[in-house]
Amino acid sequence: MEAGKRMEKVLEKSLNQKVKRRSFLKVFAAAAATSVVPVKEATAFSFSKYFQKHYKEMTEADKKKVFARITKEAKEKYNTSINISEPQAITGVKYAYCLNLKACNGSRMCVTACAEENNIDPDIGSYIKVLEMPIGTSNTERGDLFYDEHNLPKDGKYYLPTQCNQCDNAPCTKVCPVEATWKEKDGLVVIDYDWCIGCRYCQAACPYEARHFNFKEPKIDKSKLNTQQSYLSNRVRSKGVMEKCTFCLHRSREGQYPACLEACPTGARKFGNILDPKSEVAQIFKHKRVFVLKEELNTMPQFFYYFD
Amino acid sequence: MIVEALTGSKVYFLWLGFLTILFLLGVFAYYQQLKFGLEVTNLSQIVSWGAYIANFTFLVGVAAAAVLMVVPAYVFKIPEVKEIVIIAEIMAFVALILCLMFIVVDLGDPLKSWHLIPYIGKLNFPQSVLAWDVIILNGYLLLNAHVPGYVLYQMYLGNEPKKKYYYPFVFLSIFWAISIHTVTAFLYSGLGGKPFWNSAILAPRFLISAFSAGPALLILVFYTINKVRYHFKVKVKVFKILKSIAAIAFPINLFLVFCEVFKEFYTDSAHVASARYLFTGLHGHNILVPYIWFAIIAQIFVITVFWVPKLRDNSKFLLPACVVGFIGIWIEKGMGLIIPGFLPSPHGIIVDYTPSITEIFVCLGIWSFGALLFTMMAKVAIEILNGKLRVK
Repeated sequence: MEAGKRMEKVLEKSLNQKVKRRSFLKVFAAAAATSVVPVKEATAFSFSKYFQKHYKEMTEADKKKVFARITKEAKEKYNTSINISEPQAITGVKYAYCLNLKACNGSRMCVTACAEENNIDPDIGSYIKVLEMPIGTSNTERGDLFYDEHNLPKDGKYYLPTQCNQCDNAPCTKVCPVEATWKEKDGLVVIDYDWCIGCRYCQAACPYEARHFNFKEPKIDKSKLNTQQSYLSNRVRSKGVMEKCTFCLHRSREGQYPACLEACPTGARKFGNILDPKSEVAQIFKHKRVFVLKEELNTMPQFFYYFD
Repeated sequence: MIVEALTGSKVYFLWLGFLTILFLLGVFAYYQQLKFGLEVTNLSQIVSWGAYIANFTFLVGVAAAAVLMVVPAYVFKIPEVKEIVIIAEIMAFVALILCLMFIVVDLGDPLKSWHLIPYIGKLNFPQSVLAWDVIILNGYLLLNAHVPGYVLYQMYLGNEPKKKYYYPFVFLSIFWAISIHTVTAFLYSGLGGKPFWNSAILAPRFLISAFSAGPALLILVFYTINKVRYHFKVKVKVFKILKSIAAIAFPINLFLVFCEVFKEFYTDSAHVASARYLFTGLHGHNILVPYIWFAIIAQIFVITVFWVPKLRDNSKFLLPACVVGFIGIWIEKGMGLIIPGFLPSPHGIIVDYTPSITEIFVCLGIWSFGALLFTMMAKVAIEILNGKLRVK
């Protein structure tokens, strides 16, 4: 019986993962090479997690208990101490991202940095995808995700990184049946991972492929675990819930740039407070011709592209 | 009543045993899924809904189809239909139970499903269409539990059921039946990012396909009842009505499919890709193509049978037509609707999806549970309806 079960699982897995693996094979070749420290197979069933309140309704005392549980679980699973925080939206700040397509050379440094910063399972890969686009189109369906990373940039191509657009008129938050995902005052779309039921309606609704589902218990290389975590962003998720880019909320709300921006070798990525006229993003808005993806859907992305 | 459900012929027990085994296999498969997560399915980040949601969508249609018997029975007051309307209502009840089961098995973290309960959890009503669906499906479930439950129980006690206790709910259920399938269609058609679903005729398509597959299933069920219950016969008139409905609904269904096909292929915009994936194959991916063409050819065969009097009155043609018609609609509005909606992905990725072994067993388990529940409930109902089963 045991062997039979295992065979079935192996068979299933090879069927399942063919495409998922392929997509991130190149990006994570390095990560795969270093042995992944085995994580305890069955995590202890957390009774209290299932009776936890919605994040917005928690009192300080509730939060303390929840954070203690999360810290304890991380200790059991990864044998390290994590620091869990909950930086709040700052009044008068609304985040916007601008990306200079002329500068992006398709290095995919942002992709890797994102994965490491946000404790993303290798099967999900990263919140950022870079498309190699033929010149003359901005239809993402025509891009190539699996391009070869040598001799970049290639002639006749440009490189289009995509991630969560933190839409002002977000289809994903609208469809969530349990309000597990919402838009914060500073424009960031976040998820309460402990409230998400995993129906994947938001994933179907998102036109940018920016929402990712945990089909299994995430396995993160222990040596790469980012221990600076926040409740609404990069803390380790559990099996069966959604996750997404939050513009590195735990960094941006503390006055740092998102990890993808810092990793970018060409300076193509600009991030800041769109409400501050002196900010870089506000200046780009004023002086460059910016555009968004799939404008016809009226999702009002807060992630803008421009050619310099 | 419980005794009645658990007594019967050898064939009856073989049937129940067979269904129970399938159901238990499904339970085992679901246990695997609970343990390892939805990883044991063939769903992916690209095709994130599959067999479970496809079956759910189809079964909402089966539930809505009860209205096809409720209207002739209560609005047009056709006595032959009124005799058996309870069976159709029980079918709707069972179909709804299965819908809810399919939703639960699709959830990544089903233990949190209490978040869907208004006030106790945090149901996102009225913003989320899924929240509407939760309310409307559970409401229809209650209606279809109450009406047959009340009527049968009163008959069992030997009382005449009082109209004021169930007629209002019967008429409410007529509108409710239409709304369950409309709201379910809105789940899909409300998504701007999925052009294949973002179509105004999706709700009418859902309804008309329900009114096609519904009579096909009812004919099969009533035929079976006539075969096994010698002292209870579903009258010819009922079959006549069902055949007439199917004869009209199937062509309209195909017509609406044709309208979609025309719009997609003649416009030939970038959005045609999903329809191409379904009907002709896209970039060498053509896994669904034989299925959808089978569904279309099956429906043409069904229409032929229902339109030619000699064929429709011959059970050798009628029964196979009902079977393939039912399967045809199941393909067309199940996998044929859900999967192409996701393909190609916004980033142009195509991932072919076929259910995994685990998914197949979970689906079979749920369907068998439904058949089991329906068989027992219908048996008890028939014994009460024909006056055999009364409180001592």
